[in-house]
This record gives sequence, C-alpha cells and structure tokens, in this order.
Amino acid sequence: MKSILPILTVVAAIIVLWYGAAVWLNSKWVYDQAARAGVEVSFSEVVKQTMNQERPKLPAPHQVAAELWKTTVEKKITSKRSLIFHSWITLSATLLGFAIGTGLGILLAVGIVHNRAMDMSVMPWAIASQTIPIIAIAPMIIVVLNSVGIQGLLPKAIISAYLSFFPVVVGMVKGLRSPGMMELDQMKTWNASPAQTFWKLRLPASMPYLFASLKVGIAASLVGAIVGELPTGAIRGLGARLLSGSYYGQTVQIWAALLAAAILAAGLVGIVGLIQRITLRRMGMAQ
Amino acid sequence: MTSDAVIAARDLGLTFQTNDGPVHALKDVNLQIARGDFVSFIGPSGCGKTTFLRVVAGLEEPTAGQITVNGMSPDEARRARAYGYVFQAAGLFPWRTIAGNVKLPLEIMGFTRAEQEKRVKKVLQLVDLEGFERKFPWQLSGGMQQRASIARALAFDADILLMDEPFGALDEIVRDHLNEQLLKLWARTGKTIAFVTHSIPEAVYLSTKIVVMSPRPGRIHDVIESPLPRERPLDIRDTPEFLEVAHRVREGLRAGHAYEG
Ligand SMILES: Nc1ncnc2c1ncn2[C@@H]1O[C@H](COP(=O)(O)OP(=O)(O)OP(=O)(O)O)[C@@H](O)[C@H]1O
Ligand SMILES: [Mg+2]
Repeated sequence: MKSILPILTVVAAIIVLWYGAAVWLNSKWVYDQAARAGVEVSFSEVVKQTMNQERPKLPAPHQVAAELWKTTVEKKITSKRSLIFHSWITLSATLLGFAIGTGLGILLAVGIVHNRAMDMSVMPWAIASQTIPIIAIAPMIIVVLNSVGIQGLLPKAIISAYLSFFPVVVGMVKGLRSPGMMELDQMKTWNASPAQTFWKLRLPASMPYLFASLKVGIAASLVGAIVGELPTGAIRGLGARLLSGSYYGQTVQIWAALLAAAILAAGLVGIVGLIQRITLRRMGMAQ
Repeated sequence: MTSDAVIAARDLGLTFQTNDGPVHALKDVNLQIARGDFVSFIGPSGCGKTTFLRVVAGLEEPTAGQITVNGMSPDEARRARAYGYVFQAAGLFPWRTIAGNVKLPLEIMGFTRAEQEKRVKKVLQLVDLEGFERKFPWQLSGGMQQRASIARALAFDADILLMDEPFGALDEIVRDHLNEQLLKLWARTGKTIAFVTHSIPEAVYLSTKIVVMSPRPGRIHDVIESPLPRERPLDIRDTPEFLEVAHRVREGLRAGHAYEG
C-alpha cells in the first residue's frame, strides 16, 4: 500500500502538466477563431474552449478518458469501434511474436554459448539487425510474405519477433555464461556431460537474466506488432487506429489508442514480472 | 611405489605461462599418499597447495613428472569418479535446496531415485544436517553451508576426499567442531583425505601426515609423519606430543620462508 502513494503523486503531476500543455497548445486555435470573428476573449474563456475541441492539437485528459470509456465499456467487443477489439488484434500478434522471438533468442543464445563459430558470427548480425529501423523493414516483410500468400497475424508476429529476440539473446548469453569457474570445475569433478552442465547449471543460473530480458522483450514485441499494422493499411489493431486517427486528424482517437497501448504494455510487463517473482521464489532465488 | 599408494607423485612440476612470464606453481614434488591417510598440506600463500590438489583432481595438467591416482592418470580417475572435491567456498547452487544440492552429483552419476534419497539422508546425517533438507542455502549459516558441501562430496562415496581450506572462513569454535566431526567421519569411513589448511593446530590435530610446502617455486619442504594416535579427542592438543609436532611444522614453515630472497 505504501508504494501506491508515490505512484498516485506521479500520475497527478502528469495530469496537471497534461492539462497545462493542452491549454497552451490548443489556445492558438481559440485565439485564431476569436480574431477571425473579431471578438475579444478572456483568459478563462480561452481555457474553457481548449478543453473540448473537436480536433485539438493535444486532447485534454478527460477527453481521452471519455473516448476510452466510449470505445471500451459502451461498445460491444465485436464492434469495429471497440478498442478492446483492436487491442486484442494487436495483443494476439504481440503474444505470437513474443513466443517466436523468445524461442529464437534462447536457441541463438544456446548456440552462441556452446559453439565457437556461432559465438563469433551470430552476435554481430544480431546487433546489425537492430540498427536497421524497424519502420524500414516492416513494409518489406509484409510485402514479401504477402507475395507468398502469408497474411494477417503471422507477418505482424514476425516483425514483433524481430524486435523481441534481441534482448533475449543478449540476456540469455549473459545468463548462460554467469556460472563461475568454480561451479564449472565442480561439474567437471563429477564428470558431468555438457548436456548435464547445461540443464543442471547453466540454464537454472540464467533464469534471473532471462526474466529481465523478457520484460524488455514483451514491450518490444508490442511495439513491433503496432508497427507491423502501420504499413499494411490495416483496418484492425491499435496500429490501424493510430493510422486512421492521423489520416482524419482524430487526435482524440490517436491518444486513446496510445493510452490503450500503454496500458497493454504495462499489463504485459506486469504479468511477466509476476511470473518472474513466482518462478524465482520457487527456485529459491527471489531477490 | 608401494602398491597401496592411492596418490603417488614423482618429480611432479607445473609451470603456468602467464603474461608476466612463467610461474612455477609446483616443482619436483615427490609424494606418496597411502590408503586411509589423512594428509594435510600447509604452507604460505602461493606455494601451490591448491594447484597440487587440482592436479590430483585432473583439473590442471602437470607440465613435468608423473602422478597417479588409484593407479590411473588423474583424468581417468576423475572420469571414474574416484574422488570428492570440497572447494574453499561452499559453492552450493542457490536454486537447489540442501537436499537438492547434495543430490546433484548423484543425479549426474545416474543413481536411481530411491538410492539418491537414501544417500542424501545418510550423508546429511553424517554432517549433522538432518532437518535442513528443504532449506535453501541462503537460509543456512556459513558453517552449515560448508557442511552441506562436504555432504555433497561424500554422497557418491568416493574413496578419496580432496578438501581445499574447507573451514578457512569459519570461526575457531565452529572450526573445532567441524574438525572433530571430520575426524569421526574419517575414522568411520576409512577414506583417504588430502586437506589444505593455513592453520598449524588444525593440520596437526587432523593429520597422519603433514606436508609442509614452500613457495617460488612451490615445493615440498618437509613431510612429517604424525606420532599421534588415530583416536584424537580435542584436548589432545594440550599434550606434549601434539606441541612437539606443531613445533616441527612451525620450524618447517619458517625455514621454507627463509629460502626466499
Ligand atoms: N590458472 C593460473 N594461471 C596462472 N598462475 C596460476 C594459476 N593458478 C595458480 N597460479 C599461480 O600458482 C601459484 C600457486 O598457486 P596456488 O593457488 O596453488 O597457491 P596456494 O598454495 O593454494 O595459495 P593460497 O594459500 O593462497 O590458497 C601462485 O603463484 C599462483 O599465482
Ligand atoms: Mg589455495
């Protein structure tokens, strides 16, 4: 309960700043309107008018909240206008991409740790892959896969995996290499096989590192899934909501989608964190 | 070489090639350890005690001379799981319970599950840790962790026990207690024990044979056969015989140091 107070304080501060920024950014439009109509407006009038514009530069928090309410609680989740519906579309691509990325990341890490050739060759490529902007690669992946008849969930999941495998590789390599000389010597005195050393020493030792990576990885997966929805002209998913919002200048819709994405990300990271806590506690390694 | 020499080293040498030039960790080491011996290695830091143990264990390759363990090369002996090795730090795996840690070598060696349970129970009893099976290492004191690591080295019942300063980090009282327990265990099991220590009383109290080493290059300065009986209550340490052996060890250490410079 003690941790809730600082969190609330920060949230309150953000909301205050947000309102301030909304007044500041949206007031120009109010002044322009007034000038065109040839009337004077008082400051309090300006503030009032910055709060409820149709297409504000920056929607006020209560506008976004209202939009969120309208598109989640008041719509059926099968509706094209339900944010829950769109969130689910994005979430499914995120989860599939996260699974692929994590699996690939772990496999690569195991290869890197056990095979000298892979150690020398894979890491530079993995790093290079992350220096290319995902926004440049995403359309290509979509187009290429589309040309071989793969559409829908999978291309988005692959883009999502492309972002999430990297932190998993990095963390897992570090984790698998975390046992010290003494632990490895111990295994040697028992004449343990490489497979036994892997399953009984390297893998359990890597768990804290893996979970730290998974938290980064799941957030990266969500970003990947959203980016994957942008170039397709998709009509479903949070990315599609962002895109159509910006086409039509629907800033309230954009911000609602952004907030939904943020809530989704926080939820996903929270779930990974929970699994981490439970697993490490069971392993006796809770920090 | 006598036929019952469990460990026999002849003209053994090990030189590490380092960036600052060669380090002669061991030179011209000749030593016979008989079955059932309790041998302590004592000497100043860097005289090659750990290195010798590691050579016996097949963790380090000698660069000169010969060594056999149970009549085999150290590496063959390692593969035959001829010894249990207790490192200076307990080195328990934090994700395994005490029982799980003791079980680890048994799992690796392919003991049946029933046999694993039986042995874990037995060795934990041997080191006075019954009731702590389900605790994790961090829930135990340093001394208890060290006992668990000894139990782990005993679990697969190798004839040879190699111990590198196992009680180095513990206080005097706990150390006394563990020394006593170790002697009992040795008497009960008849194992051959090679034991590294920095403490003269500990070496004299435990050993049938004390190897005094000197550094740079690491070599054996003196080998003292203890005249003390195998049965040793703690207060044997106040007898003249005990003090005489301790005196000889101390002289040896001093003379070994005097070689330097
Ligand atoms: N892997 C290594 N590479 C290079 N030099 C080493 C290595 N291991 C040990 N040495 C050197 O060999 C010498 C003997 O080391 P060793 O660890 O056997 O000493 P020790 O008698 O066990 O000392 P201590 O009482 O401090 O544990 C030292 O000079 C040490 O620096
Ligand atoms: Mg040492």
